[in-house]
Amino acid sequence: MRTKLQQQIAFFIFRSLGLLVIGLLFWILGFIVYHGAGVISWEFLTTAPRDGMTAGGIWPALVGTCYLVIGSMVVAFPLGVMSAVYTSEYARNGRIVRLIRIMTNNLSGIPSIVFGLFGMSLFVRTLGFGDSILAGSLTLGLLVLPLVIRTTEEALQAVPATYRTGSRALGASRWQTVSRVVLPVAFPNIITGLILAVGRVSGETAPILFTVAAYFLPQLPTSIFDQAMALPYHLYVIATSGTDLEATRPIAYGTALVLIGVVLCINLLANLLRRRIGKHAHKS
Amino acid sequence: MSTKKLRRAGEYVIEKLLTVSGAVTGLTMLTITVFLFKEGAGLFRSPSVEKGYALYVHAENPVERLSVNEIKGIFDGEITVWNALSSDYPHAEIVPYRIEDIFQRYSESELGEDYALLPDKLAEVIRETSGIIAFLPQQYAPTGMTGVKTLPSQDIRPADFFGGTSWMPTATPAPLFGVLPLILGTLFVSIVAILIALPLGLSVAIFLSELAGTRTRKWMKPAIELLAGIPSVVYGFFGLVVLVPLVQRAFALPVGETAFTGSLILAIMALPTIITVAEDAMRNTPRELREASLALGAGHWQTIRKVIIPYASSGISAAVVLGIGRAIGETMAVLMVTGNAAVMPHSLFESVRTIPATIAAELGEAPAGGAHYQALFVLGCVLFLLTLLISVSAEWMAGKQSSKIL
Repeated sequence: MRTKLQQQIAFFIFRSLGLLVIGLLFWILGFIVYHGAGVISWEFLTTAPRDGMTAGGIWPALVGTCYLVIGSMVVAFPLGVMSAVYTSEYARNGRIVRLIRIMTNNLSGIPSIVFGLFGMSLFVRTLGFGDSILAGSLTLGLLVLPLVIRTTEEALQAVPATYRTGSRALGASRWQTVSRVVLPVAFPNIITGLILAVGRVSGETAPILFTVAAYFLPQLPTSIFDQAMALPYHLYVIATSGTDLEATRPIAYGTALVLIGVVLCINLLANLLRRRIGKHAHKS
Repeated sequence: MSTKKLRRAGEYVIEKLLTVSGAVTGLTMLTITVFLFKEGAGLFRSPSVEKGYALYVHAENPVERLSVNEIKGIFDGEITVWNALSSDYPHAEIVPYRIEDIFQRYSESELGEDYALLPDKLAEVIRETSGIIAFLPQQYAPTGMTGVKTLPSQDIRPADFFGGTSWMPTATPAPLFGVLPLILGTLFVSIVAILIALPLGLSVAIFLSELAGTRTRKWMKPAIELLAGIPSVVYGFFGLVVLVPLVQRAFALPVGETAFTGSLILAIMALPTIITVAEDAMRNTPRELREASLALGAGHWQTIRKVIIPYASSGISAAVVLGIGRAIGETMAVLMVTGNAAVMPHSLFESVRTIPATIAAELGEAPAGGAHYQALFVLGCVLFLLTLLISVSAEWMAGKQSSKIL
């Protein structure tokens, strides 16, 4: 009898804590949505900040984040996918493969601020790019490179080995096998990894602090050597260092809501895609 | 025939291209490590007083070298007589002297064009004052003049850096780079965060892996992943506008920006990691173990407590370690809610500063290439090694489970 009571108490605790964690999620999301929803309007999304950040919108920050996402993907995607194809299809062992394995393992756990330090030292100073979209994109690209490599490798390894042997048995060369058989099958999973990387990049603040982000720019960046505003950095500065914190609060809520919306939509998209792929795999 | 040759050449090029890109990736990532350590290493070769400056004393003063803390004590007015430093020194009052003090004696015109006469005048002052210690820019300094002794410059010592208890990187004449408060602050905030997150995360993991039905799992797992996807700056903002006032009111504190607030927000951020890893470990418990336990008449809860949790213990420890790793490296959220006072942490309800927050807050102001800048890179290396240690030990712990013999 006692053990039964114990079990009931324990399970009750686990259930309520489970609900508590979900409650936490809804609290955070609900809080931001509740305060931010009123701020969001077409004008908020499409105009620049005015009057010392107390009025206007977030258009330059949105554009900046878009540029950074595109830039970092141009860096990370080809390099990451090619490296993954190399490690899992061409050279399963060897020095380069071991180097990549060790480095991706190590770098995926390294805090993003360390990437910021590195980006500042190499791209901004040593290579002389200055605070620029180029330096920021390279830094963010390196940050997600381990993620892209890992998801691509997983996608490639999920392709059954029989596909490869079948293709090779029909006389196809290695590259023909990779490009016509393996990559098309793995493609949706690779894209899922890419979307996850985009989600990660668009929410990161620490790596762009010293490589690209600007507090306020009167016009949109025109070249990759210009500084840019970015959504997460924008939220950080207007939440902590405005001249009139009370007046900027609504804008901060709006920015937070847009940022969460963007990042969560991207993650949701990746999730949906992954699930659809799962279903397809079942059918075939 | 030629198309076949062409194709083979193409294959060759592609293979080489892939090899090159693999090599580039590996090397770039290696560069990150090298650069970090290269920039940081310069710190221990830079002088402990500010660059371009030196300390000068009266020629008859027996003082040979002064430590960073002694210099600070002297210029802060805490050490006022020479023999307080060592009994070999004279019982004379210390007169700290800075370059701008010269204007109390001479007007700008008396110092000549482009301050040409400044070194002579400074030498005069030093010769007249036996207890003087002057902190002067080398450009105008009376180096080598009679009656003036230059204190030899010392490099910043690793022992002072890693053992020092105050972090005042912009103090003059000698900045203090003691990272102990920052390292302890980081560990303190992270460990408290895990102590909060662990019971919560473990319960949720048990709930998800043992109690919840498939339908509940189906929506709860993505919800928890959602929690992991929220950008850290948003957590920081939430902490700033919700948790900071909440903590301030709940504990009746003068300010709500405390170590505890930081731990709370980090606990929320570490939850998804802990839940996912611990749940995976528990679900990996072999079916035979569960069934054997149930067949022996054990209840569900007894099975969880006596079989599943012990079996998954190495996975659970890996979850804890990964959670700490996530907390240690977190920058923005901590920066926004802990108040960032660089002091040794004494209590949960005081402001602390972590390593990542220090880097984020100070790198923008540190002149590139200077000692402060290099010190921040050494902090980056410390962070790098700390997280490396953590991921290696997490891997080791998780590996223990798979090699466990039933």
